[in-house]
Amino acid sequence: MRARLLIFLGIALMATAACKREQRVFDPGSSGAQVANGVALNDVHAGGPVPPFNASKYEGSAYAVGEGKRLFAAYNCSGCHQHGGGGIGPPLMDAEWIYGSRPEQIYSDIVQGRPNGMPSFAGKIPDYQVWELVGYVRSLSGQLPSDIAPARSDEMAVKKAEQAKKKEHPADENPQNVEHPK
Amino acid sequence: MMLAAVPGFTNNQSSLSPVGPGAGRTEHEFALIFWITLAVYVLIILYLVFVVARKHHSLDTIPDPLPTTDEGDRTARRSVVGAILVTVALLFIMMIGSFETSRALGSMNEENALTIDVYGHQWWWEVRYPNNESYKIVQTANEIHVPVGVPIRIHGTSRDVIHSFWAPNVQGKRDLMPGYETEVMMQVDQPGRWRGQCAEYCGEQHAHMSFYMVGESKHEFQQWLDAQAQSSVPPSTPQSAHGQQVFLTHACVMCHTIRGTPAGSRVGPDLTHLASRKTIAAGELPNTIGNLGGWIMNAQAIKPGCRMPPNQMSGSDLQDLLSYLETLK
Repeated sequence: MRARLLIFLGIALMATAACKREQRVFDPGSSGAQVANGVALNDVHAGGPVPPFNASKYEGSAYAVGEGKRLFAAYNCSGCHQHGGGGIGPPLMDAEWIYGSRPEQIYSDIVQGRPNGMPSFAGKIPDYQVWELVGYVRSLSGQLPSDIAPARSDEMAVKKAEQAKKKEHPADENPQNVEHPK
Repeated sequence: MMLAAVPGFTNNQSSLSPVGPGAGRTEHEFALIFWITLAVYVLIILYLVFVVARKHHSLDTIPDPLPTTDEGDRTARRSVVGAILVTVALLFIMMIGSFETSRALGSMNEENALTIDVYGHQWWWEVRYPNNESYKIVQTANEIHVPVGVPIRIHGTSRDVIHSFWAPNVQGKRDLMPGYETEVMMQVDQPGRWRGQCAEYCGEQHAHMSFYMVGESKHEFQQWLDAQAQSSVPPSTPQSAHGQQVFLTHACVMCHTIRGTPAGSRVGPDLTHLASRKTIAAGELPNTIGNLGGWIMNAQAIKPGCRMPPNQMSGSDLQDLLSYLETLK
């Protein structure tokens, strides 16, 4: 009896937790904060500290990541990166990250552009869409939980769904702590 | 046709006031079934009232068992057989009518009909007039101009989820499936703007995914088509010239096409002749400068979930952009 109750409670708990992944925010707020302009990658820069952006709002929402997948094609990211395998641009589904694998680093790549071809999308894509793209790009190398990563494609599948991608382990995944002199 | 006398039935976006042979035949069949079933219903109710009012027995005095006579049995048998025959005959009439309607709708195919491509998007309609010479191809959105009295072949599919193309005054529904191309024949016989609507639930803004079929004389249609095939007019004032620069340097250029400028994305509606359209946002708002401004700044407040993101620009940039878009006749 007790075991059954526990199982029931467990399922109920999982059900409520699962709701979060389905949360959709249609109105991303006033247009005042919509233009992407880059985030601070460390605390040392002019103008004082910038509050860190919480990417988990997007990386925890299956809807946001799905939108990222749609935008990845709509904004022709696939024109250079293909479906993550790379071509003109570097592949996005492996463990190698030239400019870092953390969400805010990928955000900066998109917003600022990078040498040898990556254009800057600052002012061209609203902030929330950049974060949606960041979430999707990270799902390409299996960085997101499989219940968040997209499970299917609208077009003919050229690779396994992001959901089925085995997690890659970028070198900077667990940054080594620098030993401070005592 | 036969219901037109009833108030409330003669409407735009109503299959009961057809303006083309497709919807006309469907409406005939509907009226046939409606009047037959109405007559049967009224006759039965009248007979029931008559029998109850005749009052041969009250509930207390019904003899048990009821007395039967050979005469009465024969009458009953004749009545039942008669009713069955009438029912079968009426059902046959309706069935033959239904066959005839389906056959007429199916044989509307015309070799030299005008082909128009319609693609369903979340949540708007892409409309394309194909032409062998690519510079004459016309791209527009949510407004399907057709010459009156000419057979039209709507050729369509969906770009994302299942939609259904439905202009009730003109023709029945046709589902648009992603990855599957379909064709449906129609014809508009009366000039006017006939409203249509997506008829298959396709997401948050399904209810705000409408379009207009605009019936015009052949001459007007040809004029419209020729004008639409042109590139956009170059900006003529400093204000609209700056507005074009705003368009090309902001998020607009990521999704929209304006032929004659570097903007060539196919994600959102083609804006080459935006100012010639009567509505924006798939029939959601009249195409006025104020509505357009609101739509550009925060479309999510008007159609939550739609693909148009909120935009940020200064007031003067927005005014210049609007004055440029206004010139895109």
